[in-house]
Amino acid sequence: MKRLAAGLLIALALAALAGEFLLPARYDQQFREETDALPGAKHPLGTDELGRDRAARLLAGARVSLLLAPAASVLAIALGATLGLTAGWFGGWWDRAVSTVIDLMISVPIFLVLITVRAVLPLNVSPVSSVMITFLLLGLLGWAGSARVIRGACQTQLNSDYVLRALAAGCSRTRVLLVHLLPNLWPVLRTQFIVAVPGFILDEANLSLLGLGVAEPLPSLGSLLKELTNLPTSPNWLGLAAPAVLLATAVGACEFLLPPKEGAS
Amino acid sequence: MSWLLSIRHAVTALILLALPLLAAEPVVLKFCLRSEPKTFHPLKAGDDASETVRFLTAGTLLKVNRKTQLPEPSLATKWKVLDGGQVVQFKLREGIRFSDGTAFTPEDVVYTFKQVAEIRSGFTDSLRQGDLAPTASVTGKNEVTVRFAGVTAGWERLLDGLGILSEKSPAKEKAVLGPFMVAEYKTGQYVLLGRNPNYWMRDAQGQTLPKVDQIRLDITTNRDLEALRFRRGEIHMINKVEPDTYQTLAGQMPGAVRNAGVSFESEQLWFNQVTKSPIPAYKLAWFRSSGFRRAVSESIRRDDLARIAMKGLAVPGVGPVSPGNTVWFNSKLKPHAYAPAVALAKLQKEGFRKKADGLYDAAGNRVEFSIITNAGNKTRERLATMIQADLAEIGIRVNVVTLDFPALLERITRGYSYEACLLGLTNVDQDPNGQMNVWLSSAANHQWNPSQARPETAWEAEIDKLMRAQARTVVLAKRKEMFDRVQAIVHEQAPFLYLVHKNVLTAIHPSVRNSLVTVLFPHVFSNAEQIELQSSGVYRSAR
Repeated sequence: MKRLAAGLLIALALAALAGEFLLPARYDQQFREETDALPGAKHPLGTDELGRDRAARLLAGARVSLLLAPAASVLAIALGATLGLTAGWFGGWWDRAVSTVIDLMISVPIFLVLITVRAVLPLNVSPVSSVMITFLLLGLLGWAGSARVIRGACQTQLNSDYVLRALAAGCSRTRVLLVHLLPNLWPVLRTQFIVAVPGFILDEANLSLLGLGVAEPLPSLGSLLKELTNLPTSPNWLGLAAPAVLLATAVGACEFLLPPKEGAS
Repeated sequence: MSWLLSIRHAVTALILLALPLLAAEPVVLKFCLRSEPKTFHPLKAGDDASETVRFLTAGTLLKVNRKTQLPEPSLATKWKVLDGGQVVQFKLREGIRFSDGTAFTPEDVVYTFKQVAEIRSGFTDSLRQGDLAPTASVTGKNEVTVRFAGVTAGWERLLDGLGILSEKSPAKEKAVLGPFMVAEYKTGQYVLLGRNPNYWMRDAQGQTLPKVDQIRLDITTNRDLEALRFRRGEIHMINKVEPDTYQTLAGQMPGAVRNAGVSFESEQLWFNQVTKSPIPAYKLAWFRSSGFRRAVSESIRRDDLARIAMKGLAVPGVGPVSPGNTVWFNSKLKPHAYAPAVALAKLQKEGFRKKADGLYDAAGNRVEFSIITNAGNKTRERLATMIQADLAEIGIRVNVVTLDFPALLERITRGYSYEACLLGLTNVDQDPNGQMNVWLSSAANHQWNPSQARPETAWEAEIDKLMRAQARTVVLAKRKEMFDRVQAIVHEQAPFLYLVHKNVLTAIHPSVRNSLVTVLFPHVFSNAEQIELQSSGVYRSAR
């Protein structure tokens, strides 16, 4: 099942990357005489209200979300791992300080921070820069949960027998950290990464629902999901539902890549 | 058998007793306010929600008929204009009482004008000339004479908004002469208006008005939620419907939506021309050039904006006055025609050069600017995206930025840290005097370059002169002539690029009867006292 999930994700990523070559229309091209067209030979998923090819926009949106969400996750996990590991490893006042910052970051509503930060950003940025800034902000603000988990895991490992034995055998603290501790924390880091990816995609989707996500004309899965509100009245249910299906597939595939819970068959 | 008979009698008696109770169930008309009313004081109302409450509760000397757009008697039965329009003599209706039973007298009108002089608000300022407020005095039995500080054009429209206060009522401004009175207010939830038991007006059959017992104004800021509640039958009317919602409702409840034609409102784009703004000097130079602004305007396909972005529920934008305003529209003006070749030629005259990768100015700066608009407004986002595509064809790169409304207001009113803005004018007054706060160069709402100490351009100076002159002129034809010239200047100089004039779109539940849909605000309840509710059938849930 994991292979299937990984294969699906790779296929999605390839389709997103090759989207420009697979479809005849650009994602921002407005066919103004063909607005709200139903799926057909020219537009496989129809067109949106401005006459833009839904399939081209779906692949471009997937490219944006499926490439930048993992990048934001890497950033968030790197920050979370650095702070969580050092807090767990050094303990004392540093641990207390980091824990306080983590609590603070978790208690502050991330959307309010994002909206505030976006309001003070320079206006004249291209859509590509805008989407990168959005995901950069998500990465910079979304590390706290991972840091808490990694700190806890680090403390558990520090109290385990193999670390005590290594230290008793005369291993240096650096060697214990790099050779023993980090490899044992790797599954935790990997899990945190996989959990964070769909989280960031959904965060960007929520920002887009507020109209504060990726700038026009660049699409993202989030901005495309906004149109689901028209589903009850639009005859083009396929074109409107496709982003949701793609997002569900990507998130589902990520979930299958997670290690099984203990005791699960 | 006798006990069975007794039970039957008892049940009959109970039903008979309950009938009056059932009949006494109040008939409640429900619709939404889109924000919290800031005040219930009729002289202080300025926001939409407060104005709605004022409209439904306040009694006025005269009323502008929203259908004919002409003034009609209300508390005053007739009036006479004297001294070339500076003085108006009103004959007042007799035997009227405020909602709390206090008698209405000419002294109340005098007191109201004294309050106008004391209270500073957007509305009372509109009645002033400079710092001088109008005064009133009793000049006969049931006769009041109002003296304006100068000749005041369009005074009828101004007095249509002047709610008469009671001098003697202990309830102060809560004592009203309109069809309804504020009965209950829950912050953030609703305003409940009850029937004014002393309302003077009768219908054609001599029946007391208003016809509904109460109006419940639910405070709902979310427009999607408002539409959902309308579909569920929880509210009866939507005063202003967005094109997307209109289309959805038209599909689901075709009989409920009304399109009253072109409104006075517009969607427009303007460039920041504020000298002290923090934008680069070379961009400011573009934006202050009328050639650049006209070229941009002529590169926009307005027909497409009206057809696609506005779903065909608008007409291409012409100028400050919409074609819907039949009295003041300058019919000689037409929307700037789509002519990208002409636009490019204009730009080349000003030193701009089109290269393979875009347009450059004489100094070699790539022509690129951002358009800000408010986040969450689908119509404006569509307009901005279409303009972005249109301008790309002449090599101009546009970045569309959506901001939450407070952040956007901060940029356009305080920091001036923006390049171009796409917004609309709402509740536009029919009379040009209502737009003084936009057209005078010293005005705060002179959006492209507000609060100028003195006009920075010759054409703005001319507009100032014309606007002031028309405000002091009573003869409509002369005023029209002057305001036509203002429209022509704005059309030529293009400080605002008018994109579309929206249609008046409303929704009225089939259970509502007698609602008059008008182009003037308020669109669906201008005859609130006449509105009836169908009391049976599937729409009962809305009661």
